[in-house]
Amino acid sequence: MIKIWSMKKNEDAAAKKKPKTSAAQIRVQKDLTELDLPSTMKTNFPDPADLLNFSLTITPDEGMYRGGAFTFSFAINTNYPHDPPKVKCTQTIYHPNVDLEGNVCLNILREDWKPVLNLNSVMVGLQYLFLEPNADDPLNKDAALEMSKNRDQFLNNVKASMRGGHIKGTQYDNVLAR
Amino acid sequence: MSSQSASTSNTDWPGRYHHIDQVLNSPGPRTDPAFLAGDGVKDFLRHQAKILVIGAGGLGCEILANLALTGFKDIHVIDMDTIDISNLNRQFLFRTKDVGKPKATVAAEFIMKRVPGVKVTPYFGKIQDKDDNYYMQFNLVICGLDSVEARRWMNATLVNLVDPENPESLKPLIDGGTEGFKGQARVILPTITSCYECSLDMLNKPTAFPICTIANTPRLPEHCIEWASVLEWPRVQGDKKMDTDDPEHIGWLFSVAAARAKEFNIEGVTWSLTQGVVKNIIPAIASTNAIISAACCNEAFKIATSSAAYLNNYFMLIGTEGVYSYTFEHEKRDDCPVCGGEALELTFSADLTVEGLIEMLVEKQDIQIKKPSLSSPKSQIYLQAPPQLEEATRPNLAKRVSELVPNGGEVTVTASTLPFSLSLRITYT
Repeated sequence: MIKIWSMKKNEDAAAKKKPKTSAAQIRVQKDLTELDLPSTMKTNFPDPADLLNFSLTITPDEGMYRGGAFTFSFAINTNYPHDPPKVKCTQTIYHPNVDLEGNVCLNILREDWKPVLNLNSVMVGLQYLFLEPNADDPLNKDAALEMSKNRDQFLNNVKASMRGGHIKGTQYDNVLAR
Repeated sequence: MSSQSASTSNTDWPGRYHHIDQVLNSPGPRTDPAFLAGDGVKDFLRHQAKILVIGAGGLGCEILANLALTGFKDIHVIDMDTIDISNLNRQFLFRTKDVGKPKATVAAEFIMKRVPGVKVTPYFGKIQDKDDNYYMQFNLVICGLDSVEARRWMNATLVNLVDPENPESLKPLIDGGTEGFKGQARVILPTITSCYECSLDMLNKPTAFPICTIANTPRLPEHCIEWASVLEWPRVQGDKKMDTDDPEHIGWLFSVAAARAKEFNIEGVTWSLTQGVVKNIIPAIASTNAIISAACCNEAFKIATSSAAYLNNYFMLIGTEGVYSYTFEHEKRDDCPVCGGEALELTFSADLTVEGLIEMLVEKQDIQIKKPSLSSPKSQIYLQAPPQLEEATRPNLAKRVSELVPNGGEVTVTASTLPFSLSLRITYT
């Protein structure tokens, strides 16, 4: 058997015994404690001892979604950051990039996720969707179509939906910030 | 089984290892000075070395056969899978009659029957079922896995096993992997060379399609299958968890995807493609497995015998256009969450509070830390942010560290000023 240990001795002698905390857990701790969120975003942990499951509420202070409070659930698995966090909108909202089941079309949550990205990047990305909805990547096709064809009607629909109104037979959740 | 292991000595008929002995009988110009040519090394290889093989699939079957034939006689193998009919084209230790049986058990029996004197001990289950004591018994570990998650676990376990006081605790890890015509073999000396986690950013990410394409403008059969699994499954089945090994679930996805494909005039949605997409299967090529396994076993043999210099530390094979291979030294990362980072031994009074410990860390000149967040493997101790977690952990500040962390216990510290994290090992006076 090769004498690896002699190599070890030549190394910096510092004991490098690591704790049994998983790499995913440490990374999440690092991501969360170093979040740099504007006042428009707030995290909520139903169980403060569980860092892997929590929600984020975005209350945009400008743009067409101003006045609403939008909540997303975050579920992080033990293969983070190899796997991206699973993010879903918990409300039924009228938005071109969010479908009625709460799926979100944000590239860094799927095809463009990389381990160098972190929870802060995802949260900033989500907020951006409310400032600049993108009609070219629709998940709610009706909303996207309205946005590109008739912007005034779209703005009215956004306002109505946020109050809990009906649009084309769909009842949206009242998301007005209290 | 027992009769075979008992007969170990009398199965070594003359000339059995004639070819391998050419390498072991005398040193060459570049062999390690520690090489014990002749009986010493042969005795170690054949009667003392204990090797663990993780995975008894495409790579595992090849690895087990190679190890047994090069003279390793005490081999253990772990695999959590059972044999599927689709494995039989390349996993040559299995036959049609074995379908449904555990891979580890069948592979072990086959090797012991075919190669006299070799003892293969199977474990049908997960690597996570075993503890540090179990892994401590081996000299070497070879991984032939298809999962990033299992590799990360195995790598972290072996890095954590390294005890500065005990040379035996350092177990070389040889990791093989294949994806179609591409493959890699690497030697990881935990805490000395770069580890699996150090190279996590080199991985190809699994093919993922933009969710809006799947939802609106499917063009490929894969888009339809993703639509069925990513969007339709949660919508229709609610919280029911999808099991990609359950034929009924695959059947449901297949029929939903096929209906979608018909609607958009897309051809090519089949049962096997459905299974392939949801399980993220890349077709396995038998010859790639054979090359990579051979490379891994070669390294195991060289490390166990010191008969030649071993791989430093990463070999990759690209067989997509001709045969190309490249070997390089992958560098260790200081900010690796598993093997990087600093470790600090701290000794202080059992009366010190968490707040006191934080002050102590901030004042330490050599580590330059600001606003540290602390946790133990079991729970959070004090987190600086977000506000809700700070509030939830604030009562711990007044507690004594010894109430939260046992003597000799570990604390993980993160802070924006650290490359990744700092681990503390705590002793109370």
